[in-house]
Amino acid sequence: MNKVRVATIWLSGCSGCHMSFLDQDEFLLELAKLVRFVYSPLIDVKEFPENVDITIVEGAVGNEEQLELLESARKRTKQLIALGDCAVHGNVTSLRNALKKGDRAVLERAYLELADTTPQLPTDVSPLLKKAYPLNEIVEVDHFIPGCPPPAPLIKYVLTELLAGRKPVMESKAKFG
Amino acid sequence: MKSVKLTIDGKAVEVPDGTTILDAARANGINIPTLCHLEGVKDYGGCRLCLVEIKGSSKVFPACTTPVAPGMEVTTNSERLREYRKMTVQLLLSERAHICSVCVANGACELQSLASELGVDQLIFERDWPELSVDLTHAYLVIDRNRCILCTRCIRVCDEIEGVHTLDLMLRGKETQVVIDLNENWKNAPSCTGCRKCAKVCPVGAIYVKGEALSSTKDKEVAKFITERRRSAFE
Repeated sequence: MNKVRVATIWLSGCSGCHMSFLDQDEFLLELAKLVRFVYSPLIDVKEFPENVDITIVEGAVGNEEQLELLESARKRTKQLIALGDCAVHGNVTSLRNALKKGDRAVLERAYLELADTTPQLPTDVSPLLKKAYPLNEIVEVDHFIPGCPPPAPLIKYVLTELLAGRKPVMESKAKFG
Repeated sequence: MKSVKLTIDGKAVEVPDGTTILDAARANGINIPTLCHLEGVKDYGGCRLCLVEIKGSSKVFPACTTPVAPGMEVTTNSERLREYRKMTVQLLLSERAHICSVCVANGACELQSLASELGVDQLIFERDWPELSVDLTHAYLVIDRNRCILCTRCIRVCDEIEGVHTLDLMLRGKETQVVIDLNENWKNAPSCTGCRKCAKVCPVGAIYVKGEALSSTKDKEVAKFITERRRSAFE
């Protein structure tokens, strides 16, 4: 049997959603029989591969590198899942959007004004976008798993339904925060 | 008192004349979601979550302000109404900075639990991100206007139950804000008695008591309780 090709991506988020994914405990062993992880912060693959069946994305889109990665992942993926509140609606990552003074002001606030020692702007990182965007403002998203972080049983439920070819029903299951 | 017969979701019910569709439904075990409705104070019809269909009209009607009529056939839970309710909740969440994970009301919020109940798992509208003011000047009460859904429960409870009308609305449309007296800082508001009823009835995390878990502050029944006690005192 051909295994389902799954990728996970970590954008602007705290990694809590990936932790919640790992928190599925023994279900991960069952999952490993059905899927093959082809790209993830948990494995060492540099380029996002072709022909991915399911891509799970944590985090909002905060910089140019993340924008590029998300767009190429979308092109190479059949079903894209927004995992967690940052990917779903921006969450904590997007609180900077209320500071309408632009990306430079955000960096200055964080790295100069609030620095305790050695204030300096980061130089070797991808430029920030004007806003932190939820995934669905950039690409088409097929499924949403909200939560901060989404509880492991909810991730398990959505994956089980998708692997069985069914559409997950989110009434009374999905919860922000 | 004269009674009225009607059907709600196919169920035949009989209620006193003048009852609203919402009260008639709830008295008969049919739940209609609401946010601005608060038992004990006048209805306002602002949140539009209780919209229902009435046979013979293509319009939808707010159940909290529409009285029953003889022979009325009410539908409270069609596919169209569920879609409208989901959209209304998404509009409320998009209008201001509702970030559940960093809110004092997380886990005790009526907007959050309603979103969950209705299966709102995304926002189809781009967020607006207004920069509204937070008033921390009062000794123990806080208002964060970025989290307000303009349900006016606080205003109605302050006016009708406490009887001081410290709170009211200013401006219009999405600029609308709850203000204290004539847009004063809370500590300078002479009319406020500090009774906390506004925080008790706030459905979200817009008004709260400093250093207190919202789950323990909230007491939605307070207006109903006081109104009933007052009524029984005069009987």
